[in-house]
Amino acid sequence: MSRLDEIRELTRVRVLGFIREPEAIFWVFVFPIVLAAVLGFAFRSGGIAPTKIAVVIGEGSDRLVEAFKVDEHLEVVLYESRDEAMSKLRKAAVDGVVEPDDPPKLTFDPVRAEAETARLRVLRALALAIPGAEDPPIDLDELTETGSRYVDFLFPGLIGMNLMGTGMWGIGFAIADVRRRKFLKRLLVTPMRRSSFFLSFMLSRLVFLLMELVMLAGFGVWVLGVPFRGDPLSFVLVCLLGALVFAGLGILVAARVKTIEGVSGLMNLVMVPMWLFSGVFFSYERFPEALHPVLRLLPLTGLNDALRAVMLDGESIFSLGPEVAVMLGWCVVSFAVALRIFKWE
Amino acid sequence: MKEVSHSIENTVEQGDAAVQVRGLVKRYGELTAVDGIDFEVKRGTCLGVLGPNGAGKTTTIEILEGLKTPDEGMVRILGQSWDDDPRAIQERIGVQLQETDFQDKLKVFEMLRLFRSFYSKGADLNDIIELIGLTEKRNAFVKDLSGGQRQRLSVGCALLNNPEMLFLDEPTTGLDPQARRRVWEVIDTFKAEGGTVLLTTHYMEEAERLADDLLILDHGRVIARGSPASIIATLEAESVVSFSIASDGEASLSDEELQALDGVQSLRHEGNGIVLSVTQTQSVIAGLFELVKIRGLQVDNLHTHRPTLEDVFVSLTGKHLRDE
Ligand SMILES: Nc1ncnc2c1ncn2[C@@H]1O[C@H](COP(=O)(O)OP(=O)(O)OP(=O)(O)O)[C@@H](O)[C@H]1O
Ligand SMILES: [Mg+2]
Repeated sequence: MSRLDEIRELTRVRVLGFIREPEAIFWVFVFPIVLAAVLGFAFRSGGIAPTKIAVVIGEGSDRLVEAFKVDEHLEVVLYESRDEAMSKLRKAAVDGVVEPDDPPKLTFDPVRAEAETARLRVLRALALAIPGAEDPPIDLDELTETGSRYVDFLFPGLIGMNLMGTGMWGIGFAIADVRRRKFLKRLLVTPMRRSSFFLSFMLSRLVFLLMELVMLAGFGVWVLGVPFRGDPLSFVLVCLLGALVFAGLGILVAARVKTIEGVSGLMNLVMVPMWLFSGVFFSYERFPEALHPVLRLLPLTGLNDALRAVMLDGESIFSLGPEVAVMLGWCVVSFAVALRIFKWE
Repeated sequence: MKEVSHSIENTVEQGDAAVQVRGLVKRYGELTAVDGIDFEVKRGTCLGVLGPNGAGKTTTIEILEGLKTPDEGMVRILGQSWDDDPRAIQERIGVQLQETDFQDKLKVFEMLRLFRSFYSKGADLNDIIELIGLTEKRNAFVKDLSGGQRQRLSVGCALLNNPEMLFLDEPTTGLDPQARRRVWEVIDTFKAEGGTVLLTTHYMEEAERLADDLLILDHGRVIARGSPASIIATLEAESVVSFSIASDGEASLSDEELQALDGVQSLRHEGNGIVLSVTQTQSVIAGLFELVKIRGLQVDNLHTHRPTLEDVFVSLTGKHLRDE
C-alpha cells in the first residue's frame, strides 16, 4: 500500500466516525443554522407584519403622522433626532425614516425585503392625504450603508464562529478521544507516518467544510437575505484560511491533554473569550479604543473582519492584508508549537 | 533467582533469535519497573511472560515494541535495533496492546482495511477475517462485537502485515474460557506457520498451552525461566495437598506438627485452608489422618494435584498470579 492509501484510509475513518455521530452532525450543521435563524428572524420583521415608519419630529411632522393614519398597517414611531431614527433603521428596528422637509423625504434600506413595502405604503398614504395628486411630492433616499442590518452584521460572524467551533471540536476533540482510548498508541506501533495522521484530520475537515459553507452561506443569502458582494473565491479562501487556523489551534489544544474533560476545558478557555471579543454578536469596536489593536490580533477577529469585508463590502482577499496576516501568523505559530509539543504516548 | 535453563541464551546463535534483550532497565521516578532483564526468543517459538499485576510485563513488552525507550540495556528485534529504522521493524511485527479501545463507529472490515493501509505488503483482508473467525461479523460495528470477538479483531489487526513476530499483551484477560480458546486457536495458526510469539499473561493454563518457554517476572526481575515442565520441576514436589481442618473448639493442628510429617516440603495458609507441597503424597496423607484421629479432629476439602506453575509462583513469591 502507498502513502496515499494510508492517508485515504485514515481520512475515510475520520469522515465515517463523524457522520456516524449524530450529535456531531447536529452541532456542526444544524445548530449554527438554528442559531442564525433565531437571531436572524428576531431582527427581521416578517413580510405580513406592519410596516414601521420612523418620523423625525419637526415642522410638518404632525401632518405626516395624520396622513399615515389612513393605512392601518403603517405604524408610526416618533423620534426627536434624525440620527436616532437612522440608527433604528440600520438596526432594522424600523423599515423607513420619514423627515418632514418640503417635500418630505423617505429613507429606506433597499437590500431589505421590507423596504419596497415600506416605500409603497408611504407613497399611497401620502397620495390619499393629498386628494387629486397623482404623484405625491416626496424625495426618496436609499440608505447608503447597505448591508448594515443587524443580521447582515451577525451572519459573517456566525460563519466565523462556526469555523472556529467545528475546527476546534472536530480536530481537538477527536485527537483527545483517540488518545484517551489508546487508539493513538496502537497506531504508533504500525509504520503509519505521523504526518498522514494529522493530514487525515485536515482533509476530513475539508470535506465537511465545503458542505458547511454551502449550507450556511446558502441559508444566509437566500433565506435571510444577507448580501454576498465579494467574489466566491475570496470567500472560500478566507474560510479555508480560517479553518486552517482553527485546525492548528485544535491540534495545539489537544497536543498534551489525556482526558475529554481536559480538552473541553481548554477549548472553552480558548473559544469563549473569542465569542465575546472577536465581534461575533456585536462589534468589538464597542470595547475601549485602546483595546482594538489587541482584539484585532485574535484569530477569530481576523477571520470575522475578513468575512465581513468579503461578504458585505465586496472586498477581495488580496485587499485584506492585516486580517490575512493575523490568520497566517496564528497558523504558523499554532502548527509549529502543536507539532513540537504533541504527545504521542 | 532460579536459573532453570542457561542453555536458551548461551547456545543459540544470534541470527536465530527473534528477540534479544540484555540488561533491560526502565525506571519511573523512584520506581524501577524493569530491573535488569535478559532473555531471548528463538525464532518460531513462543515465549510466555508471566507475573502478577505490576510485575513489569507491559513495560517490558512495550519497550520491545518500540513504544518506550529503556533507561539501560540492549534490545534487538529480528536482528534490528529501534535506533536504526523503526519503520523497518514495524513492517515486520504485529502488536496487540493491553488496552486499546478500538474506534466504535467503524465496521470490522473498515478497521482492518485501515490497519492494512499502513503496511507496504501483507495479507488479504478476507483471509484475516476468516482466520479470526469474524466472517459473519464483517459488516458489524466494532462496538457491537462481544469481548472475545473484539479481542480477535485486535489480534487480526496485528496479523495484517503477515508479521514474522507477534507481541501480545494479555490477549485473553477478561474472556470466558470458550472465547479464550478461540483466541488461542488464532495464535496456534500463526505459530504453526512458523511465527514467533511473545505474550504476557496472568493465566497459567494459557502459558502452558501456548508457550514453549516461560519467563516469570516479579518486581521487574526474572524469578524463573525455562520450559513449563522444567519450571514446575524446580519445585521438586510430587504433589500439592490442600485441606482444611474442621474443629468445633480451638483444638487444631500447629504448622510445626504438619511440617514434621514425613515428606512435607513446605506449608502455607490460604484462607481457612492449608496447602502442603509434598514429596511423598501417600505418607503425608496417611500421617495427616493419623494426627487428626488422635486429636479427634476432622479433615475437610482434601485435594491433591500435581504441582502447577501457580504453585511454583506462590512458592517463589508468596503471591498468586492474579489478584483475586
Ligand atoms: N507511565 C508510568 N508511570 C509511572 N509508573 C508506571 C508507568 N507505567 C507503569 N508504571 C508502574 O510500573 C510497574 C510495572 O507496570 P506494568 O504495567 O509493566 O505491569 P504489568 O506487569 O503489565 O501489570 P498488569 O498485570 O497489571 O498489566 C507498576 O508498578 C506500574 O505502576
Ligand atoms: Mg500489563
